[in-house]
Amino acid sequence: MVISRRHFLRSSATFAAATLASPAIFTRGAFGQEDPILVGSLHDQSGPIAASGVPMVESLNLGISEVNAAGGLLGRPLKLVHYDTQSNIQMYSQYAQQLAVRDKVAVVHGGITSASREAVRPTFSRFRTLYFYNTLYEGGVCDRNTFCTGTTPAQTVEKLVPYAMGKSGKRVYIIAADYNYGQITAKWMQKYVKDHGGETLSVDFFPLDVTNFGPTISKIQAAKPDLILSALVGGNHTAFYRQWASAGMKSQIPIASTTFGLVNEPSTLDAAESDGIIGAYGYFEELTTPASTAYVGALKKASPSIPYISELACGTYEGFHLWAEAVKKAGTIERMAVIEALETGLSFDGPSGKVTIDHPTHHTTRNAYLADVKERKWNVLETYTDAKPLDTAAVCDLVKNPGDNKQYEISI
Amino acid sequence: MDLSVILALDVLNGAASLFLLCLGLAIIFGMMKIINLAHGEFVMLGAYATVLSTNAGLNIWIAMLVVAPVFVGLVGLVIERCLIRFLYGRLVDSMLATWGLSLFLIGLVTTLFGNTINGVPTPLGGFEIGAYRSSWYTIFLVAMALAMMALVYGVMRFTRFGLVARAVMQNPGMAATLGVNTAHIYMATFALGAAVTGLAGGLLAPVSGITPVMGSAFVAKSFITVVGGGAAIISGTASAAGLFGLVNQMGAYLTTPVYGEVILFLSAILLIRLLPQGISGRFFKGTL
Repeated sequence: MVISRRHFLRSSATFAAATLASPAIFTRGAFGQEDPILVGSLHDQSGPIAASGVPMVESLNLGISEVNAAGGLLGRPLKLVHYDTQSNIQMYSQYAQQLAVRDKVAVVHGGITSASREAVRPTFSRFRTLYFYNTLYEGGVCDRNTFCTGTTPAQTVEKLVPYAMGKSGKRVYIIAADYNYGQITAKWMQKYVKDHGGETLSVDFFPLDVTNFGPTISKIQAAKPDLILSALVGGNHTAFYRQWASAGMKSQIPIASTTFGLVNEPSTLDAAESDGIIGAYGYFEELTTPASTAYVGALKKASPSIPYISELACGTYEGFHLWAEAVKKAGTIERMAVIEALETGLSFDGPSGKVTIDHPTHHTTRNAYLADVKERKWNVLETYTDAKPLDTAAVCDLVKNPGDNKQYEISI
Repeated sequence: MDLSVILALDVLNGAASLFLLCLGLAIIFGMMKIINLAHGEFVMLGAYATVLSTNAGLNIWIAMLVVAPVFVGLVGLVIERCLIRFLYGRLVDSMLATWGLSLFLIGLVTTLFGNTINGVPTPLGGFEIGAYRSSWYTIFLVAMALAMMALVYGVMRFTRFGLVARAVMQNPGMAATLGVNTAHIYMATFALGAAVTGLAGGLLAPVSGITPVMGSAFVAKSFITVVGGGAAIISGTASAAGLFGLVNQMGAYLTTPVYGEVILFLSAILLIRLLPQGISGRFFKGTL
């Protein structure tokens, strides 16, 4: 055997390279220390919106520990990269950049208010980072890079309004918080009241710092409606329910709300102040299905002081699992492959029931529930299976226009 | 007719709540010239004291009328000793320090009790006037406002402490030469202002949703009322609270709550433009 000089040099170089590289190969193979897949999270853990944000992050942690316990995804463990956005829109923009550019996460779950979602959505489109928004909202987002797993008005308000009108009567008085959410939700309420042959007597908006509802209560009494529809938001507005009850109006005119009970209102107010208030969401902590009981139990065990577990937390949990299912199906964390896997109409059986991705809208087809408050708890009365995001479907078709990227204001 | 009675009650209720909210600030800011941006957080502490002690089984009236003012008064005392006493006569610095204090108090309460909504049910129930309903608690708030007015007036006008306090606030150097320990008077006055604010928090607890950030809803309104009222703590604050309460409630009734707020702030601007010294600087000169 003749060994040429070139051959000798080449083989010894190969050997040297292999020897140098071997520690890395050995440690990885031998000890299973694959690089973790990073999952980004942007949720408010402090500031006014924290009561909503805390259960959402806990739900992500729960989902990740479940997936890791089952061996991770693609043989790699998952790791949460969480930033506390402090109820501050500026923090959202800043941390969105960090997640996309520095941390290079595989997916981001985050955003609570519509304002925070619209602040980060363009960033994730630009840096090609898959984004999940898991909150119920006013509908209309149409973006191939974004999946909205929460309910929209066509799934909840559409059930709530006719049910409440059927119970009490057709003359309706609407009160709502004076920002994006309240304004658009009030429009949907008016539409559904009209569709079901009712009449809207008045629509009143309240800035978020209004605490004294005396004049409004007098005004409502003068208008004599059969029903009050409320989209009031936050701690200050909780005062309305209290002042309403203390004036003795509670037994006179019933209330249905699209926001009541998303934090912990039923357990805060006295039974006499809240009994009978009707709400409709994609999930209630009080659901008694095995999946729901297991989820609530696990979450309360992981974090005993957790506030009420509403649709916000449950949607986040289900959004995370939908993404994990898609990664399994795609066999990669590469963004386009995961999006295409999700678009096949992927579904997940979560605490709220079966949740299915709707390809044209990137929203979900999911159950909606209607409940009333009884003894400071929600008492689930009706289940609407497979409610579709029809409002967004009316304006958004990502099958036809995959390049579409905006939030439509749905004309009502 | 029934409606106008109810509306009159609304206006009285608005004015009484505003007066109760502002009285403590009138003492701390109007009298002592400390810009207390943590005023809203004092209200919040009073509300929390009421809710926590009621939930612990205490009678709600004792919680509102005793626990809230005593607790916030003590907090005020500590804050005066640790922070405020270094800042007398330094208006802008006091603003910065109390702003920091307000952030600290919000953070502290959030850490201790979480960021959820708390509350206690409203006592007393409602009554009917014709086809309309209102709550007895509204009437109670009005009565409390009148009682506080009388009490603070009595203390400031007829007690030795009131006389000395007013003297110290007007001319601390002269008061000190006459043998008054001004440091003690400042401390006691600040604690009194905090206690009165805590009482307002306690009284508002049964009609509000209570969160660590609730104070921010009250700060701006309290300041414009005290500034609009001018130097006299009782007559000034009472007249401004009456005026702004009327404007706000009627504005909210006749238009919408959004415009109610706008009208309130516009009328405040107009008032301060026309009467730079506040209402009491023009009409109730030399009164309390």
